[in-house]
Amino acid sequence: MTGKIEEDAIIEVEGLRTQFGEAVIHDNLDLRVRRNEILGVVGGSGTGKSVLMRAIIGLKEPSAGTVRVFGEDFYALKPEERLAVERRWGVLFQGGALFSSMTVAQNVMAPMREHLKLPDSLATDIAAMKISMVGLPPDAGAKFPSELSGGMSKRAGLARALALDPEIVFLDEPTAGLDPIGAENFDRLIVSLKESLGLTVFMVTHDLDTLHATCDRVAVLAEKRVIAIGPLDEVRRSDHPWIQEYFSGPRGRAASSAKSERHAPRADRD
Amino acid sequence: MQPAAFTIDLDDGTLRLKATGDWQARHLGAIDRELRDFEDDAVGRELIIDISGVERLDTAGAMVFERMLRACDARTGASKIVGGSPAQATLIANVAPHVAPCDVEPARRNAFVMMVNRFGQGLFEGYHAAIEILNFVGLTLTALMRVVKEPKRLRVTSIFWHMEEAGINAMPIVGLMSFMIGAVVAFMGAKILRLFNAEVFTVELVGISVLREFGVLLAAILVAGRSGSAFTASIGAMKIREEIDAMKALGLDPIETLVLPRAIALVLMMPVLTFMASVLGVIGGGLVAATAMDISPAFFVGRLQETIALSNFWVGLIKAPFFAFVIAIIGCYQGMEVAGSSESLGQRTTLSVVQSLFVVIILDAFFAMFFLEIDY
Repeated sequence: MTGKIEEDAIIEVEGLRTQFGEAVIHDNLDLRVRRNEILGVVGGSGTGKSVLMRAIIGLKEPSAGTVRVFGEDFYALKPEERLAVERRWGVLFQGGALFSSMTVAQNVMAPMREHLKLPDSLATDIAAMKISMVGLPPDAGAKFPSELSGGMSKRAGLARALALDPEIVFLDEPTAGLDPIGAENFDRLIVSLKESLGLTVFMVTHDLDTLHATCDRVAVLAEKRVIAIGPLDEVRRSDHPWIQEYFSGPRGRAASSAKSERHAPRADRD
Repeated sequence: MQPAAFTIDLDDGTLRLKATGDWQARHLGAIDRELRDFEDDAVGRELIIDISGVERLDTAGAMVFERMLRACDARTGASKIVGGSPAQATLIANVAPHVAPCDVEPARRNAFVMMVNRFGQGLFEGYHAAIEILNFVGLTLTALMRVVKEPKRLRVTSIFWHMEEAGINAMPIVGLMSFMIGAVVAFMGAKILRLFNAEVFTVELVGISVLREFGVLLAAILVAGRSGSAFTASIGAMKIREEIDAMKALGLDPIETLVLPRAIALVLMMPVLTFMASVLGVIGGGLVAATAMDISPAFFVGRLQETIALSNFWVGLIKAPFFAFVIAIIGCYQGMEVAGSSESLGQRTTLSVVQSLFVVIILDAFFAMFFLEIDY
């Protein structure tokens, strides 16, 4: 069993240590993400969920340990080799992080312009397809980020993250700041994209409903490392006090009971 | 890895397109032109796309196949894609509903209309900004009146903090600039005056220009650049973080708590900066006179006392608080006008500096005319 997991791992983090000055965020952290799964990373505020994501995508250099993505030790690569790896993933930052001087369509076309030598007409067609895939109406393409609502910005950010047909998508709190309907739609979008495009999704989230609705496995961050990882039901059974409090508090219970109610209609819609 | 390629056969009126290689975004750029030409020629025909030779397929490739199908026959619907692996077929099926054009840029209008439109908008906005700023001046003055009636409301700590920040901390740079300008004026003046054998008038040149104009203007320019912009940035950032709204909700008047202390601090400190700038400017001129010409410091000072009326010094100093008030008001006003994004913060900060310099120089021209008329 263990051997199979290692074979399948698309991201392998070993002995990771990150720190800001004296403050150590992660120490000796191990994490494996399997191909074609949605992994939810949860943890209390300040446990370094976003920092872990930034360490994997090369924005925060670890002080010790290795990060292997697609089997390559990312921080040991030369700049041009890093670029080749970076093209194979897409990142959705918390606020969407759209370039404010470009329209949505131009935002989606930006990575294609930068990395692929595509004629404008083809790039436009591809951008239109991605914009439609994330559920935005066609007229959203000509809008500037300042004209979009929070949910639309996130969708547009996701379209940009998907521009180069990535194998892994990193999502930083994708449903934070969305209303429950918008959040549920976004959850469904992530699952359907994962299935249709064969994506691996690494998702940092606070949202218990999102965990229930989307994640194949959940990793819990505490005490500077991953204290539990596995399918949600397995993780819930852990007797670590934080996990107990997180999943068995009133919100956790509400989310898990909502899950069973939601499952039936969801199958219909898909 | 093989680039995408295709061959076309015509068979009983049915077009057969055989695709091979990797149909991925990065390879498609090279054949996009040909594919579009093919689509144009094939309109209305039946098309069968055989993708059994396709090794790798991504969403862009799937999109292109789907686009070709649609271009060819929208009516009969007999066209199809054959030969794909199950995964490829799923991918194409998933992409198909999303193949649709979308807008990239907002619709453009006639350039001339846009130009006239912008011009009109600029005039309109300028007019409104002028009225808004006057309004803001009024608000600040009424806040001042309230504070005068009830001196306990004065934010003394804040005033002192801003006096240090905008005044004391600006001293080195204002002093240095003024010293150098004084030296430059003396140097240039001496060079020209020498032609008329009137080098000695350098003293008057430096004295009048620095005391009357350069001292106060330099101080105003540097304060506008240093502190006016800082006022806009700090108040604007508070606006973005909704701190201003929070203040209003708590019953605090933002004009009284934010604008008034800054305005008072600047009005108090600007004369000090002007005084220092004037003195250092004259010293700069004197130093050049002593080293580059044969005018001894003692003679320089003596002649300064004899020929330069004290009024020149007062004219410079009187202008200082007015300039300070204008800079503080415009800086704070622009900060309050920041809306939403950090982009607007940057725009407003620039506007604040440009506008305050503009108004300071206009004001200076009016002062010059005024003092000329009253012969002071």
